Amino acid sequence: MVTRLDDKGLKRQSRRQLLKLAPVAALGVFAAPGLNDRLVMAGVHFSDWAAGVLFRKQHLAQTFPDSEVVPFAKFPYNYYDVVDPGVDLENWTLTVEGDVQRPGEYTLAQIQALPKIRQNTRHVCVEGWDVIGSFGGVRISDFLKLIGANTSARFLEVTCVDDYYEVLDMESVLHPQSLLCYEMYDRPLDRGHGAPLRLQMPTKLGYKQAKYLDTFRVANVLTPGKTGYWEDQGYSWFGGL
Amino acid sequence: MSDEERREPGKEDQAGAEKDAAAPPDAAASAETENVSIEATVEKIEMVADEATPEETTAEEPEGIRAAYEHPLAIRITHWVNAISLFVMITSGLRIFRAFPSFGPKIPEKVLLDIPKSLTLGGWLGGALQWHFTFMWLFAASGTFYVAYQLISGHYRTLLFTPRDILGVWPMVRHYFFFGPKPPATGQYNSLQKLAYTSTIGLGALSLLTGIVLYKPVQFSWLAFLFGGFHLTRIWHFAAMCGFLAFIPGHLIMVAVHGWQNFYSMLVGWKRDPEYQE
Repeated sequence: MVTRLDDKGLKRQSRRQLLKLAPVAALGVFAAPGLNDRLVMAGVHFSDWAAGVLFRKQHLAQTFPDSEVVPFAKFPYNYYDVVDPGVDLENWTLTVEGDVQRPGEYTLAQIQALPKIRQNTRHVCVEGWDVIGSFGGVRISDFLKLIGANTSARFLEVTCVDDYYEVLDMESVLHPQSLLCYEMYDRPLDRGHGAPLRLQMPTKLGYKQAKYLDTFRVANVLTPGKTGYWEDQGYSWFGGL
Repeated sequence: MSDEERREPGKEDQAGAEKDAAAPPDAAASAETENVSIEATVEKIEMVADEATPEETTAEEPEGIRAAYEHPLAIRITHWVNAISLFVMITSGLRIFRAFPSFGPKIPEKVLLDIPKSLTLGGWLGGALQWHFTFMWLFAASGTFYVAYQLISGHYRTLLFTPRDILGVWPMVRHYFFFGPKPPATGQYNSLQKLAYTSTIGLGALSLLTGIVLYKPVQFSWLAFLFGGFHLTRIWHFAAMCGFLAFIPGHLIMVAVHGWQNFYSMLVGWKRDPEYQE
């Protein structure tokens, strides 16, 4: 719609309209060094909050027939330090602590006595790759019952033989597909994949699924600087799918 | 002319929203198609009394500058928020892609594209994800608001590519790329512009929806299914970015070619002396 204005009027209009655009300039704070890293971390925390809200407790991740599972040799070994931290498989026990009625040392046999679940699910890495693998183990929720855990606690902290550590939200831990995994491809977990016991959760990214489990702690507080190995360096804490 | 307060009733007019905008005298004088109210009649009589003919009015007004209020504030704000968000999303996205620069299997991994670090934002995968996870909200909010505003205000009619625009694309392409004659400007945007701008809205929707799948493939499994699964969705997401990378240089070149007044109109809304007539 073409109209006619005198030069002054047009300039006045233009100035006024330019000022109204000022709020956009506020985004310039993201260019400020020292400030922008805190701002984007706030963005990650907001995303994690939203992810927690979006999480559907009973919604199952897709499972696949055996024909769609990648060959064992094509399931990547991912680790942060060494592929084999030299776990003493003979004398291994899982140490249980925190808000539980029966803390102590649990053997693999005690864990394997719980109902076994076998599932073919997609393993998604934060890097972007994904593989469909075959996993066997017990529901974490069953194990939490065994140890008498307070499942209204907010977090599960795990530490690993290789000093890796993770903290998970209780809702995801209680998901029916969240496993304490001791088998892959119907064989005992090999050392590179986290023998003797790892987390396997198709609702979480790979880095949340800690391997070579050592201790298991039910907690209510998320300690800053102790939120997870990669999380403490800037990854999303929720890391959910 | 003292037509500060005059309005054309019933006519769609972006400038009409502006209190200080003056209505064009020639358009008002030829408003026979509208319901001629007493007010309009009086104005007409006044004009006839003041000046001999409408044609002479135009000729006798050398100080009047032709101008059009092309971009409402909501469009300008969302345009610039989108521009910034898109820059962050693409540069951080490329950094994320560097972590696994392939669409094939992890074993064996074939590097599809080695993107130079200097073109990326975030420093490392975790840093890039922080930028991506922050600006995705801005991009989504601004894009959603933009589309909603276009639809509700009716402003979308200026830029939505419709079947009527199909025939107009080739003459513009011939003009820009093959030195063809310049087709006459009939509105705010030509058919090629409408095609480009409408496509970017499609690309925005594609990148947003595929992004939701990549972010939460389990919670939004139905959406993942629509895009052919997680693995394929990653390709769609990348393809949407390629679409933006095709659009942006063309857009910037066109802005540069068309000069300051054209660029300035996306800052202040007003375009001085537009090419089109009404």
